[in-house]
Amino acid sequence: MIKHLPVIDVQNISKAFAGKTVVNKLSLQVRRGEIYGFLGPNGSGKTTFLRMLCGLLQPDAGSGVCLGHNLLTEVDQIKHRIGYMAQNFSLYEDLSVRENLDFMARIYAIKSRREVVAQTLERMELIPFAGQLAGTLSGGWKQRLALASCLLHEPELLLLDEPTAGVDPAARRDFWEQIYALTTQGISALISTHYMDEAERCHRVAYLAYGDLLTSGTAAEVIKKSGLITWSASGPGIQDLSERLKQQPGIKQVIPFGNTLHVCGTDGERFAESLRPFIADSSYRWEKIETGLEEVFVSLMSKREGGHSDGDS
Amino acid sequence: MATAKIRFSPCRFWAVVRKEFLQMRRDRVTFAMMLGIPVLQMVLFGYAINADPRHLPTAVLSADNGVFSRRIVAAMQNSSYFQLTRNVDSESAANRLIEIGDVQFVLNIPEQFSRRLMRGERPALLLTADATDPAATSHALAAFKTLTESALAGDLKGPLSHLQLTAAPLEVIVHPQFNPEANTRYNIVPGLMGVVLTMTLVIITALAITRERERGTMENLLSTPVRPLEVMFGKIIPYIIVGYLQMGFILLVSHFIFEVPMAGNLALLLAVSLLFIAANLGVGLTFSTLARNQLQAVQMAFFFFLPSILLSGFMFPFRGMPLWAQRIGEVFPLTHYLRIVRGVLLKGNGLTEIAPNLWPIAIFLFVALSIGLKRFRRTLE
Repeated sequence: MIKHLPVIDVQNISKAFAGKTVVNKLSLQVRRGEIYGFLGPNGSGKTTFLRMLCGLLQPDAGSGVCLGHNLLTEVDQIKHRIGYMAQNFSLYEDLSVRENLDFMARIYAIKSRREVVAQTLERMELIPFAGQLAGTLSGGWKQRLALASCLLHEPELLLLDEPTAGVDPAARRDFWEQIYALTTQGISALISTHYMDEAERCHRVAYLAYGDLLTSGTAAEVIKKSGLITWSASGPGIQDLSERLKQQPGIKQVIPFGNTLHVCGTDGERFAESLRPFIADSSYRWEKIETGLEEVFVSLMSKREGGHSDGDS
Repeated sequence: MATAKIRFSPCRFWAVVRKEFLQMRRDRVTFAMMLGIPVLQMVLFGYAINADPRHLPTAVLSADNGVFSRRIVAAMQNSSYFQLTRNVDSESAANRLIEIGDVQFVLNIPEQFSRRLMRGERPALLLTADATDPAATSHALAAFKTLTESALAGDLKGPLSHLQLTAAPLEVIVHPQFNPEANTRYNIVPGLMGVVLTMTLVIITALAITRERERGTMENLLSTPVRPLEVMFGKIIPYIIVGYLQMGFILLVSHFIFEVPMAGNLALLLAVSLLFIAANLGVGLTFSTLARNQLQAVQMAFFFFLPSILLSGFMFPFRGMPLWAQRIGEVFPLTHYLRIVRGVLLKGNGLTEIAPNLWPIAIFLFVALSIGLKRFRRTLE
């Protein structure tokens, strides 16, 4: 395998269910050793896209290469080299941790099965739970077991569908440490998430809404592309301030963050114009801040919602 | 998939089989169902249910104490169909007993019965029956007619011999083959094999596959190199083994406890049972592709199970059903399997005799399996 070739390279991939387009002409590249974040509201087509990559679904149109294999015709070869972690815990709750890993190792026909399972238990710190039924593990440990089970066959690419949903912050941090460790070994990961802090941990991100890829690139690129300028305001009665700001021309969005407001605009001149009287009001403290991914994604969504009324699919 | 190369991996297949057995062992309720249903049905149908009920409670309202009335009462007791539990002295009391269900029969012997009989006046003997359930009374009633004739035969001698029944101008010889004692168990217990297999296999296969989908484990499985065929056979084969264990258990109990005759070739029976087991698994598989969750799978299984039991001739004589019901009954594999089991065990049928019942199961299996497999593939998407 040539090092610089992308591990995922898809062009114009589409998928519809019962006439409803879920993924619309998506093109995307993921490089080797890269953590690629996949964001978007519920029903935006993230899961469908991941399922197409791991051979669970056949794309309706488009073409693609995954780990050098044709996505349409060489699904079996791809399956041997990827690790897929579904959104919901999808190992057997009535089998123990060790039995689950042993089962998956048999499915992948791993030669030195016992050793690999033992090593994986140790590496993922699952030894104390080895004999415990998977269904009785807490959310964080279930997720760790799921990750362990898709690492057994040493995949080159991980497809992780909201792996940290419902997992506590400490376990999430551990999880990301493991992902980083894996990518240093050359493993690539495509991870869908709803958490902004996780999006910022990714090398590159893509934002998907209702099947369309709205933006992609590194966090800095995505922010730069959006052209958003952000100010934060704090002070008494920001609820009321928020309402008044929303009326102003040039102000694209006002997002409350606890006791502060993040006020964004794109057109420098008009934005500054609109803000001036508010900044002059000394009862609020104003500060120009760096635009974050969250502001960008909220802005992308509000742009999209003009054309879309139905949300979830 | 565009490249559907058939490469069956024994390793992956065995992984699924192993896992299925592990889960089976761990799921206490399913395990109890696989063991408990045969035991329960054997006990219930073998011991509790009897199509030829005896010792039915009977009251006697007798206004005659002559020798003939005493003879008849004694003969009723001896027949074992009737058990005299009460003597009543008025007709209203007798009716009351029937109304409240304390007795099944009331025998009403009129005054001067014996004397009038001797005079050749053909006195009437009234047997009132609570015939709400015809099955409960019909055998006893049939027996009653013959027992009155034979009971008196010994006494109608000498001067009374003119009262003897004249013999019919012909002799009827009845030869009840295969089950001369009319032992209901001989019919029911072998039939149970089919019922137990239908009940457990359809439900358990439907559940086992629906559960994988409902819990999301199927999604995980299919993202691995495992092939649908490996998953399916890996999941089905453990239940075929379970089916055979159930059969073995029933055959042992039939032989040693119920002493059901085993006239035919057991190896033949076990061999052709595979067809029947597969047909049921095919139904279970089809249901699993239709059901959204495990509850629905069980509900569907009942839609199959009920007509199977009722129309197959397991509980009621097949030929007693109207033609349309027989036609429907012919569709179910259980109908044919019952004929095979009873044929092999009781009649000693060989392959030639059971062949007409094999191909309908084969057709059913083919249809069920092709629908099941086709839908199974589609649900993977």
